[in-house]
Amino acid sequence: MNARNLLLGIVAAALIALPFVYRQPYHLHVMVLILIWSFAYTSWSVMGRFGLVSLGHGGFMGVGAYVTALLWNHLGVSPWIGIPLALLAAGALALVVAYPCFRFRIIGHYFALVTLALSGIVLQVITATRDQTGGSLGYTPERTKGSLLVALQFDDKETWYLIALAVWAAGLVIWYWVDRSMMRYAMEAISEDEDAAAAAGINVTAEKLKITLLSAVMTALAGALYCQYQMFISPDTVSGISVSLQMVFAAVVGGIYVALGPTVGAIITIMLAEGLRIGFGTQAVGWDNLIYGVLLVLFIIFLPKGILGSLLERMRAPGKS
Amino acid sequence: MLVVKGLIKRFGGFTAVNDVSFKVDKGEILGLIGPNGSGKSTIFNMLSGTFRPSAGSIVFEGSEIAGLAPHKIINRGIGRTFQIPRPFRRLSIFENVALAGYFGQGGHSRAKADSSAERALAAVGLPTDRRARVDGLGAAALKKLELAKALATEPTLLLADESLGGLDEHEMDQAADMLRRIRDELGITIIWVEHIMGVLMRVVDRVIVLDHGEKIAEGLPAAVVNDPKVIEVYLGTDAHATRAVAAAAAR
Repeated sequence: MNARNLLLGIVAAALIALPFVYRQPYHLHVMVLILIWSFAYTSWSVMGRFGLVSLGHGGFMGVGAYVTALLWNHLGVSPWIGIPLALLAAGALALVVAYPCFRFRIIGHYFALVTLALSGIVLQVITATRDQTGGSLGYTPERTKGSLLVALQFDDKETWYLIALAVWAAGLVIWYWVDRSMMRYAMEAISEDEDAAAAAGINVTAEKLKITLLSAVMTALAGALYCQYQMFISPDTVSGISVSLQMVFAAVVGGIYVALGPTVGAIITIMLAEGLRIGFGTQAVGWDNLIYGVLLVLFIIFLPKGILGSLLERMRAPGKS
Repeated sequence: MLVVKGLIKRFGGFTAVNDVSFKVDKGEILGLIGPNGSGKSTIFNMLSGTFRPSAGSIVFEGSEIAGLAPHKIINRGIGRTFQIPRPFRRLSIFENVALAGYFGQGGHSRAKADSSAERALAAVGLPTDRRARVDGLGAAALKKLELAKALATEPTLLLADESLGGLDEHEMDQAADMLRRIRDELGITIIWVEHIMGVLMRVVDRVIVLDHGEKIAEGLPAAVVNDPKVIEVYLGTDAHATRAVAAAAAR
């Protein structure tokens, strides 16, 4: 076992052991949130790192959360079946939106705009069907008495921490898997020059669809997980444009070209949101979004590789800036 | 090997290629020449799948390929280069070529793609070192990289687009020799689209001359350069090319 694997093992063991040693509920709660959002941001960056900037991922997250909760409340379908169905729904939605975009070469800013519309539409649908979804007031999956595995409901934070940790780790594994696959080369080529990529034999539309589908389904899983953990979802917290923008912001700030970049982004955004909430209370509602917006612009201009990306680069090449 | 019949391409009201037919035999180097705007690049883009023909057929080794997507055409064994080299700068030289080797052969085996890439790089004389970057390559080396990418897809027919533009005389000779070697040693049939005629005439087996989207001459290089129609086209448009035609004829 080399030093790298040893370090990885120690960090993994420490992360798994943490809730058994440290049980402060609020801190565990913040950590669960960070893990779930890290996974969501990682999902976004799986495609975002190749220049496919989606402002519609809030929509996929919303589908993941709402489909799971609606199936449970209205049809009594266990989340163990409901979540896969929600992922299928998000995947189908991704194909419906992305296929025409890719087929007709809607790229760059135009792609971002189309996906922005997707966020808006999902938000509108949730609000319009308020009799079923609770509209903008939010929605609560029906509670079981105590923890119940079938309902994927657990009262203790430790269980949720471990679930969130496993899903987050799976997200990183997927990120690495993409990074080492030929898919990455294809996407790098496509992001530089679609015609030249096609001339190298790449089915440009199919490759872009594959990565979009993967990213959308992962994001929907983050939504479903968030729903089961918080037991309350509203259009503002799991879908809609502000959630989409928050994903872009966090991923860019952390660094979209490195695996742990989105995780760093999540730590920063969640800390910021929680800090504002505790420090300023209801006076600061919406401040985090304002700060995200300003910081996003600053980062794109001055630190496009993000905090972690720039840091790692500096460590690898000391002396060069 | 390739039979093109009645190929037409219209862009709105403008007819860029009008009823062009020709054949390519296995193992030959066919030159496709003509002044700017004569339709040679448009034909090229239809052969490679970038444009869908308005009418006509392109039959490659017995099956119709007109209108197929570019990646499908490459998977059938038609590779192409671009007039202006289009390397992927975020990837290394080797990755550029291995990528084409992988996807160009249908995306089955990375090991096979890597060995195709190594062969292709060796064939054009670029380093097979896996880390070498694209940045810093000169015009001639970028053309070689472009060619290596096309070769890595293991084509039986290579479409070479204006591979001499931007090179000095010595580099032009080298590039032309390389195309001939690719045909001789790798057995790849070549359609070579070129604006610069002199060097091309020395290497190709047969020439097709286009003007205003129509085929105006076809035949052996020596015969074509003496064709009055060809001389008129080149005299009227490009004095430099005319001198090149004359020089080639003299040889």
